[in-house]
Amino acid sequence: MAGYILKRLVFIFITLLLASIIIFSITQFLPGDVARIILGQFATDTAIENLREELGLNRALHIQYIDWAGNFVRGDWGNSLTSKLPVRPMVMARLSNSAMLAGMALLIYVPLGIILGVIAALKRDKWPDHLISGISMAFVGLPEFVSGLLLIAFLAIGLQWFPANSSINPDSTFLEALPFLILPAITVSLTGLGYIARMTRSGTIDVLRNDYVRAADLKGLPAWQVLIRHTLRNSLLPTVTVVAMGIGWLMGGLIVTETVYGYPGLGRLLVYAIQRQDLPLIQAGSMIIVAIYSFSNLAADILYGMLNPRIRVGK
Amino acid sequence: MVLTNSSKKQNEPKISRLSAKLKRLRRYPTTLIGFSIVILFLLVAVLGPWIAPYKYTDQNLAMRLQPPSESHIFGTDQFGRDIFSRVLVGSRDVLVVAGSGTSLAIFFGMLVGLFSAYRGGLFDEIVMRIMDVILSIPPLLLAMVILFSLGPSRLNVIIVVGFLYIPMVARVVRSVVLELKTRQFVEAARLRGESSLYILFNEILPNVLPHLAVEASMRFSYSIFLVASLGFLGLGVQPPSPDWGLMVGDARTWFHQARWVLFFPAGAIALLVVGVGFMSDGLRRMLLPGGVSDV
Repeated sequence: MAGYILKRLVFIFITLLLASIIIFSITQFLPGDVARIILGQFATDTAIENLREELGLNRALHIQYIDWAGNFVRGDWGNSLTSKLPVRPMVMARLSNSAMLAGMALLIYVPLGIILGVIAALKRDKWPDHLISGISMAFVGLPEFVSGLLLIAFLAIGLQWFPANSSINPDSTFLEALPFLILPAITVSLTGLGYIARMTRSGTIDVLRNDYVRAADLKGLPAWQVLIRHTLRNSLLPTVTVVAMGIGWLMGGLIVTETVYGYPGLGRLLVYAIQRQDLPLIQAGSMIIVAIYSFSNLAADILYGMLNPRIRVGK
Repeated sequence: MVLTNSSKKQNEPKISRLSAKLKRLRRYPTTLIGFSIVILFLLVAVLGPWIAPYKYTDQNLAMRLQPPSESHIFGTDQFGRDIFSRVLVGSRDVLVVAGSGTSLAIFFGMLVGLFSAYRGGLFDEIVMRIMDVILSIPPLLLAMVILFSLGPSRLNVIIVVGFLYIPMVARVVRSVVLELKTRQFVEAARLRGESSLYILFNEILPNVLPHLAVEASMRFSYSIFLVASLGFLGLGVQPPSPDWGLMVGDARTWFHQARWVLFFPAGAIALLVVGVGFMSDGLRRMLLPGGVSDV
């Protein structure tokens, strides 16, 4: 196991290295010149040339990359081009906001998805199964901006249960943010719910076929004990993996959801940065998301291996 | 006479197999619903411009934000454009963009997967690690960053979608080919002295096709998701195109006073996505029985 984790860590390091090269080089193909973006279109050529020199933009690309990557690792992520503020505290504050939203969403969709999945498995091929499978299949593919805006239209504007806009002060505490988190969290949950329900359903059906479940049933244990102690302990294995992977996947889903609600998380910061062509922000924000994505995938694999000794992944 | 007789006999098992498949289909009403929705949208995409009562760019500022009525059954938007016509014409947009993107991904992903698995060794290792790196970046993020530097346009969105989904297709194809490679009919072809290319395309590829069809339908639904999200973020197809994601993005400003501006394009996206999802699930049941979701 230790060897396996080590191997995966080396792979993540290589992945992050290559991803950073990809992100750095893509952002170099900008339509406009960075110096011109900073100074505006009426700047004189000399002013632009001076700024290019100052920012080190006249150096060879690979030197610029090594410089950027080195600073990034050391924690110097540069200053935002639009607000002139250092990027790192900004990204970190937004990241904790995104984490609050993601945590809230996980609290909603994981238990609900497991319950729905178990019901579907127990009522396999009967109408509850068809209903649950149909609904989860429908929600899995629904883009967050569609479900988000429809939820706003019905629950916020129509019934006025929740605020329609979540553009809170970026430094809000969890309790202050809570009322504004519910609707975005439901939006994100709709997609995740389907994955969890499907994995739980197929995992549970697989386990229910086993002899030991029959044996537990036949020796007269109450149904709930058969379900919880003998079935779910094994059938939730694939679900655990999906939950861990979901953390990385959430980071992608948050980009759209946060934009819909105006919630000040990392996703919205990134969309803002792209609209303003704010290079340092784009680079740092993307790298953080890629890192979270990679590590949560690793966590998923390790958890799976630990919980299921029959399968030692990677051998 | 004899000929027709014998061909009839040969056809019989095929027909009974087909009817067995259709019977199984009836157990899953969602599959039928899915196929019907997708066919409906295909028809709309082909016939849309002829059915549409107005041109999708026709503005009429005297008639802006009108609720649904007889002359505008879906109402009008902030420029007085007929939303029904725009949704109709927009279906072609989303199907063409997501469809072409998916086709690109399927074609190149298939080639990568086939050759990588067949060659094996270091070549396979390197190719698959590159695919893993692309997969380690969330697709929407990578699409945003690429479109940011390429500039948003319909062609660029197609290219980005095509590129992003290559690794996933390649992975699926590779795992199927690895399994097929060990089968006897491949061994037999090799002993006959067939060339690698012949074995790949004539012996192995036909057996990969059902997997590829299921993968294509899944990728298609992901592509619609991605294309619509990019349109919504303003990074995809640009105005005045009647792209549904773009229309929903615009609707954010207006739907507080005019809900129909949001409902119809958003409803169209939801319906199509659900339809493709159901269809893809049904395809898997029909073509790959015994798969994970069949349990």
